[in-house]
Formats: sequence, structure tokens, C-alpha cells
Amino acid sequence: MGHKIIATGRSRTGIPTGRLAVWWVVGSEIVIFGGLIAAYLLNRFLHGSWEVSAAYTNTFIGGANTFWLLTSSYFVVLAHAAAEKRDAKTARKYIWYTIGLGGLFMGFKSYEYATEISHGFTLFTSNFWSFYYTATGLHGFHVLCGMVIMAIIAEKDIKHEQNWHRVENIGIYWHFVDIVWIFLFPLLYIAK
Amino acid sequence: MADTATATAGVDHHDDHGHHESFWSKYCFSTDHKIIGFQYLFTGMAMGLIGGFFSYVFRMHLAFPGSSIPFFGVVSPAAYNSLVTNHGTIMIFWVAMPVLIAALGNFLIPLMIGCDDMVFPKINRLSYQVFLLSAIVLIASFFVPQGGFGGAWTAYPPLSAESQYNGTPFGAPMWLIAVTLEIVAFLLGGINFITTVMNARAKGMKLYDIPMVVWMIVIASILFMASVGPLVAGAVMLLFDQTLGTGFFDPAAGGDPVMWQHLFWFFGHPEVYVVLLPAMGVVIEIICTFSRKKLFGYKMILYSSIGLGILSFFVWAHHQFISGVDPRATYLFTTTTLLISIPVAIMLFAMIGTLWGGSIRFTTPMLFALSFIAEFLIGGVTGIWLGSSGTDIYLHDTYFVLAHFHYTFVPIAIIGTFSAIYYWFPKMFGRHMNEFWGKIHFWGTVIPFNGIFLPLFVLGAAGQHRRIAGYTAYPDLYTENFQDLRVFATGSLIVLILFQIPFFVNFVVSLVRGRKAEANPWKANTLEWVAPSPPPHGNFGDNLPEVYRGPYEFSVEGREKDYWPQNEPETAK
Repeated sequence: MGHKIIATGRSRTGIPTGRLAVWWVVGSEIVIFGGLIAAYLLNRFLHGSWEVSAAYTNTFIGGANTFWLLTSSYFVVLAHAAAEKRDAKTARKYIWYTIGLGGLFMGFKSYEYATEISHGFTLFTSNFWSFYYTATGLHGFHVLCGMVIMAIIAEKDIKHEQNWHRVENIGIYWHFVDIVWIFLFPLLYIAK
Repeated sequence: MADTATATAGVDHHDDHGHHESFWSKYCFSTDHKIIGFQYLFTGMAMGLIGGFFSYVFRMHLAFPGSSIPFFGVVSPAAYNSLVTNHGTIMIFWVAMPVLIAALGNFLIPLMIGCDDMVFPKINRLSYQVFLLSAIVLIASFFVPQGGFGGAWTAYPPLSAESQYNGTPFGAPMWLIAVTLEIVAFLLGGINFITTVMNARAKGMKLYDIPMVVWMIVIASILFMASVGPLVAGAVMLLFDQTLGTGFFDPAAGGDPVMWQHLFWFFGHPEVYVVLLPAMGVVIEIICTFSRKKLFGYKMILYSSIGLGILSFFVWAHHQFISGVDPRATYLFTTTTLLISIPVAIMLFAMIGTLWGGSIRFTTPMLFALSFIAEFLIGGVTGIWLGSSGTDIYLHDTYFVLAHFHYTFVPIAIIGTFSAIYYWFPKMFGRHMNEFWGKIHFWGTVIPFNGIFLPLFVLGAAGQHRRIAGYTAYPDLYTENFQDLRVFATGSLIVLILFQIPFFVNFVVSLVRGRKAEANPWKANTLEWVAPSPPPHGNFGDNLPEVYRGPYEFSVEGREKDYWPQNEPETAK
């Protein structure tokens, strides 16, 4: 546009604008997942039959996926620490580890979906399964988006040693996606 | 000479760099907050024409059932349902929200906080593009086989969930997708607004120096963000119900249709305050400027609006008093609903307190602002019957409800918007609108507005049910004297629509040939009047203003001038 924008660099609160915005994104996402989880809980209390359906979810895969996601959060913290030290090589390495674990999560998830569908538990089997696929699907979509954004940050920003703050911002988002899973895992897999 | 050169150096940024923008990059793909504000404004006004046309068609149908409506033809029951549904949807989501929040927020926030742009200009542009896409999807939904969605703007399942009930296999999902896209656009825009006000305020501008309209837009954005999530979740579920055949809201499949009502109204009621607060902010700015008085109770208004926002999350089930919610819950929701009138009353009384003893100038924006108080009061007071579960059980889903919420939404969306346009037009386009035609437009809007909706209170109290396409089909509901009232309301609507023509002519003619406006024609204090009219890209040139005081220092004793701009140092006379 040819015009220098001053506003972007200003910070009355002392918090960078990007980080503030990510927190607001997280805030708006909390209520989206909050609505979904609240609707799930209401139904769960109303319908005793959901316990029976929940018994068919694969706790082992769910647990393993919890493990991958939590580990990936650890790596994104390491990436942030490396970005603070302006160590592009290490930061990129850890971002890619995070993406890799996200991929592992998605792989397990796909396998899980495939086996469930082959056992006849589809989106339409019952309302429990409708919720299961909607909630985990929406969550998986967020994981996928995070992976894509991280790949862009690693290859476009960090490789060229610019926009270092984006590592922290995607980290905040990634932790949020993790925390959503921390809620979904007990609701869908453990509470039987 | 040297002074003029430095003063204009910032203004002519583009020429300095030999940088010329094409029409497309300047007006269609600009990241300038003002241009994006205009895009929202004009899109909102265009959608308002569509929504207004819909109301003309179904009101004509109600006045003259079965006859052919000029410019439309005979209204079938399915078309009637689609018209009322999309009238409501358009007016809330594609007129009130884009104009009051997005257009005003985009245009005013950076100017009023003394900043050169939004902190995320590209996200800002993206937000408008997503919004435009949502409008296109909605308009396209009218032209698909079997027409646009007809399940009412609240989209209660199972009517909305299955095409065998609403008869719109394509219109219904498209309507849902359009609404969801629109919500995404406003989430993007809202994040930008909040972050900008938090981080990019002018030097010296403390929290209590922020103009009220900026506060109101920010609080409204936060309210929107905090309330809309459940509706997004619900929209996804409803979309699955419509297109894939899941049964989230289908009792036959073990689902619960009342759950949709909770998800919808958890958002739906705070939404009233999302659009109310910016309109209140506009009215406050105008009342202070044209009564030359300091705002009465700045902090009180601010705390009230925050309290109002918090309370608005605990009122949603008053829409469900007859939906089979626990009767004990109705005590709670009656109480919270009645409580919410307290902060609203505080704000309205603060406005009246500001007027008290002021030297009032009845300009067009001021007339609209004053009528906002009067008309909104009727809307607020009639809400008391609907908030109380006892009377609501009788009045629910009658024309009384319809008249009540039009007495709140029309002052908010129509009167609030017009007062804002008349007030900020000189700043937006550097020219004045014609006052005479403005006043004609004012009386031609406010009088017929009452002519439309006062009769509907009578109809509603008499038990007339809303959302019925043809009363003649129900002899018990059809009586001649009611028909007179319907004809009267429809006639008033047509008068109101005709009186919008002077506005549009005035708008366009003023845009081209209006009297040139100086930087601060109303002698107001806030920072947007420091920038030239119209403000250039970058707003204030090279030097951003610095703030020394609050925004409403009118008629301060011991000063020559009766106003004291926020950026004027103490030493200046």
C-alpha cells in the first residue's frame, strides 16, 4: 500500500498486539467448544444409554493420542525457547517435531475413525456417535489448521529469521487445542 | 508557507512517493479502516433495502390477503415464511451488525483513539471479504430450487432441521452457512477492534478518556465474542441435521429441540445488547455535542454497560417460558430479565441528565438522537410484560412481541444509524448533508414508524398470533376491525419507505455537491474532529494527536470557547 503503518507496532498494554489477538481467538474458541461440550453434557445426563455407546470408544487410542498431543505441546515450548534465543535452526526443528506429533495424532485418529466406522458406528448410529464425530472432528480440524500454520511459520518466517513472535502465538493456540482434547478425552473415552 | 508544507506533508503521503492507487486497490481491496468502514456501511444499506422490500411485500400481503402485490405478485404461504425469516435475518445480521458495529467501529475507532489504522489492517479487510461472501450466499439462497429458508430467523428445529417441514432443501443449509460466515467475519473484526483499543490509543489517552461510543463498540464486541460460540456449535449441529441426517435436535432420534433454543438464545439475547450499545454510544456523543454539556455520569454509564453485558448472559430463557423449561427456572429468568432494565434506565437517565440545562441545538442528528431515547423507552417498558413469565405466557408469539422488539430494534438500527450518518457525514466525506431535507426525512421516518407498530401492540394484546401467512384461512382469528389496523400499519410502512427517498437523494447529492465541511464543524471535542475532513490515509498525517483530557469537556467555566478538544494542551486558551 506504500503507507507505513504505525499502529501495528504500538503497544499501550505492553503486550504485543499479535499475542493479544491470539488470546481473543482462544476466548472465542472456548465458547464454541464450550457450547458443544455443554450440549454434550446435557444430553449425557438426560440419556443413560450414552454410557453403553461410550463403552465402544477405544480408550487405548484415545490415551495414546493424549500422550502425543501433550508431548507436542512440550516441543512447541522448546521451539518458543529457541525462538527467544533467535536460534532459527533449533526453533524450526522443534516446530517440525510438533507438526510430526500432530500428524501422528491425526494418523491414530484416522485409524480410529476407520475401525469405528467398520464396526458400524457412524455419524448416524446414535446421538452419542453424532456428538463424538462432531466434537472430535471439529477438534481434529483445529489440529490440522495448527499444523498448516506451524509449517508456514517454520518455512516462511523462522527460516528467514523474521516474525519470531509468531512461534509464541501459535504455541498459545496449540496449547488451547491440547486443552480442548484434555476435556474431550475423559468425556468421550473414560466416562463409561 | 513552511508551516503549511509540514502540515500537508503527511496528508499527501501517496504523492510524496509517486504512488497512485487504482480504483480497485483504493476502494475494493484497501486495508484503510475508513474504506472498510464505508464498504460495511454501503453493503449494510444495500441489504437494508432488500430487508425493507421484504417487509413491504409481507405487510402488503397481510393488509390485502391473496391479492397480487406490486413488484412481487401473489404471496404463497411458503414465500411468506421465507420473506419473514429473511427479513429478520437480514435486518439483524446484515444491517444492524455491519452498520452499527463494523461500519461505525471501523470508521470511528482509529480516528477517535488517535491512531492511523487498525492494528491488523489485513485481517480487517479479510473480515469484510468474508462478510461480503456471507451476503452473497444469503442472496443466492433466494434463487435456489424451492426458494430461501422459511423456518423463522430463530430457526427452531425440527421445523428448521428437515426439509420435509420447511420445504427448502437447499435454502435452509445455505442460510445457515451464510449466518455462520457472517459470525466468522464479526469475530475477526471484533478481535481487531478490541486489540486496537487496548494497544493503539493515542499518547495520554487513559481509559476514562476514551469516547463513549468506542467503549460501547468494544464492550459490544466482547459480548458478541463471549456469546456467539454456542450458536456456532449449534449451527454446525443443525447443519449436520439438515444435510447429513443426524438427529441432534430430532426427538425421534433421541435429540432435543429445546437444546437448540438454549444454544440460540444464549447468543440471541446478548445480541440485542451487542447492537444496542453502539447505538447508545452514538446517541451519547451527539447529545453531548448538541447540548454543549459534559456527559452526565461517564463512569456510571460505563459500569452500567458492563453490568448490562454480564446480566445479558442470564436472561436467555425468557424466550422459552412456554417451551417446557422448568417453572422454577422461570423465577430466575424473570428476575434477571427485569433486573436488566436498571442499567438500561441508568444509561437513558444519564442521557436526559446530560440534556438538562444544556443549550440544545435541534440539528438533524440531534433530532434522531432524541427520538432514540423516546422510542427506545417504549420498547424497554413493553419488555417488562414479556420478561415476566406470567404475562409472557399469554403474550408469547403474538404481535405484541413483534411490536416490542421493533420498538427496540428500530430505534437501535434505523434511528441510531441515521443519527450516526447525519453526525459523521461531514467527517466521512468532507461535506455537509442538507439540513432541511434531513428534517423532512426525520419526521417522515419517526411518525410512520409509530404508525406501523402501535397498532401491532393492540393486535398482539387481542391475541393475534405472529407468523401466520393468511388470517382469512382462520375465521376465528380474522375480524374486520383487526384488518383495519393491519391496513393502517401497512400504509404507515409505505409512507416510511417513501420518506427514505429524500434521504438517499440527499446522501448522494451531498456526497457530490454538499456544502464543504471544515475539520470540526460541530465544535466537538473528540479526536476524529482533529483530522482533516475527509481524513486521508493515515488519518492525522505524520504527527498523531496527544490527549490531555476526557472527551466531553463542554462549557468549562473560565474558558472563551465552550468546548475543549481532547488534544489541546492546558496552556492554550
